[in-house]
Amino acid sequence: MEWLANLGKSTLDRFAAVGRASYVLAGSLIAVPQLKNVPLTIKQMYVVGVQSLSIIMVSGLFIGMVMALQGYTILVDYGAEGSLGPMVALSILRELGPVVTALLFAGRAGSALTAEIGLMKATEQLSSLEMMAIDPLRRIVAPRLWAGLLSMPMLTVIFSAVGILGGHLVGVEWLGVDAGSYWSIMQSTVEWNADVMNGVIKSIVFAFVVTWIAIFKGYDSVPTSEGISAATTQTVVYSSLAVLGLDFVLTAIMFGIE
Amino acid sequence: MPNETNIEYHVSITTGNSEFLVKNLIEIESLSFKRGERVIYDNISLQIPAGKTTAVMGPSGIGKTTLLKLIGGQLRPDAGDIKFKQESIPSMSRSRLFKVRRQMSMLFQSGALFTEMSVFDNIAYPLREHTQLSEALIETVVLMKLQAVGLRGASKLMPSELSGGMARRAALARAIALDPELIMYDEPFAGQDPISMGVLVKLIKELNNALNLTSVVVTHDVTEVMSIADYVYILADKRIIGAGTPEQIRQSDSDLVQQFLQGKADGPVPFHYPANTLEQEFMGAN
Ligand SMILES: Nc1ncnc2c1ncn2[C@@H]1O[C@H](COP(=O)(O)OP(=O)(O)OP(=O)(O)O)[C@@H](O)[C@H]1O
Ligand SMILES: [Mg+2]
Repeated sequence: MEWLANLGKSTLDRFAAVGRASYVLAGSLIAVPQLKNVPLTIKQMYVVGVQSLSIIMVSGLFIGMVMALQGYTILVDYGAEGSLGPMVALSILRELGPVVTALLFAGRAGSALTAEIGLMKATEQLSSLEMMAIDPLRRIVAPRLWAGLLSMPMLTVIFSAVGILGGHLVGVEWLGVDAGSYWSIMQSTVEWNADVMNGVIKSIVFAFVVTWIAIFKGYDSVPTSEGISAATTQTVVYSSLAVLGLDFVLTAIMFGIE
Repeated sequence: MPNETNIEYHVSITTGNSEFLVKNLIEIESLSFKRGERVIYDNISLQIPAGKTTAVMGPSGIGKTTLLKLIGGQLRPDAGDIKFKQESIPSMSRSRLFKVRRQMSMLFQSGALFTEMSVFDNIAYPLREHTQLSEALIETVVLMKLQAVGLRGASKLMPSELSGGMARRAALARAIALDPELIMYDEPFAGQDPISMGVLVKLIKELNNALNLTSVVVTHDVTEVMSIADYVYILADKRIIGAGTPEQIRQSDSDLVQQFLQGKADGPVPFHYPANTLEQEFMGAN
């Protein structure tokens, strides 16, 4: 009987958490038009976006190189190494770009957002804003939410571009695939809407989910050192799972059976 | 002469006809508050008179900070009412509460400086948020406030570079930046050397006199606060055990009050957090 009660309680807790998360989201999204938030958002874009740039570019480069290497060994058996270009481009644009960027973003920027907001809560900085009649959702949370929403799609585009260059590096420069066919077949195969834009749409959805989880976990954390470290871990775990799960759903919608 | 006003003033409070002589900025009526299962306040009532300095004293963990948070609307009472200028704080809408909070300010026990900005920007923050003052004017105001707490030279430092006592004083400068009507100081003297302590005591008194602010000072420093407070409340055991002017408190024949003033561990005021007896604890461990 007790497990039933526990089940009921944890279900209710979950619903309550969803409610609080929606409240945080609503409270910070309403804050868009505030002029004062523009410089704050730009500053946060520097923190979450620009500072994630190096890890995104290095990862993109290596992923592209590995894709070219793997693709080449498979394609060369069928004498189809000319299709290396579209293979690398499609897998990165459609899948690896948005997904890997989101996972890296969750680990690099999401966890930092959670820890930062959690620490501000623990040191009563959020309470003291409230007492100054300043809504912390607007001044602290909103700029971070927008910075994440704007930065991650850009990072995804950069990741994909670097990845395709990495494929070129290995495929063309090293393994000797014809440069002309690498680029021209890629150009004729990759479609703007179906491939490029769908990847960008995915990354926008991931950006939304990862940033939302990160700020909510920080805002809702237990204001102690254990509470913050638990919240940081949860941010990475939950957002990774959410990204992978959503990726399947989005892929099914975008590229599923016609 | 000062004696006379004191008496009048006291009468006004005890008879509850405060309207006649002293207006109360805050009126707390039969307030009860629980943290989980633990009762912090059981049906207490108290008044904070406008334009005066009211001290709130009591043992550690008794709920002094909680009281300030209740007044600030950050916590909601389980029963009873808290009125700020006759308006009930617990039943205000969020936007109304934010309007009302512009008239109050709180020095947090932890200081709560914003860690990512310098001392100067910390103190300028409320001014930049809530006023249209020019940057030049803001600079003047900020430096004046820092001068008052002896930290003008530290304006460029980051909060992480301050000592505990300095951080507290910087936070105090921020709390008074907007010259609010009500300032709640949570342990303003903690961690101060005798000199800064003296300066702070004087500062609080002066703010009170010059700007006619209402101050609520939570503190353990009996002598300091007795020298500046117009009225004192002593909290213990979920209720108010003593109230009156410093003079009345000193002469109080209540055991509880005397124990607190003289700092004795044994007496009616419990020093320990509620617990089983030691015997039970150790026998139970067998
Ligand atoms: N967030 C919280 N959750 C649960 N209980 C709390 C919380 N904050 C404080 N308490 C409890 O409420 C009681 C009163 O706390 P409060 O901080 O108001 O004490 P205080 O009188 O300010 O003490 P001190 O003089 O040490 O600052 C304490 O017993 C504490 O255990
Ligand atoms: Mg306290």
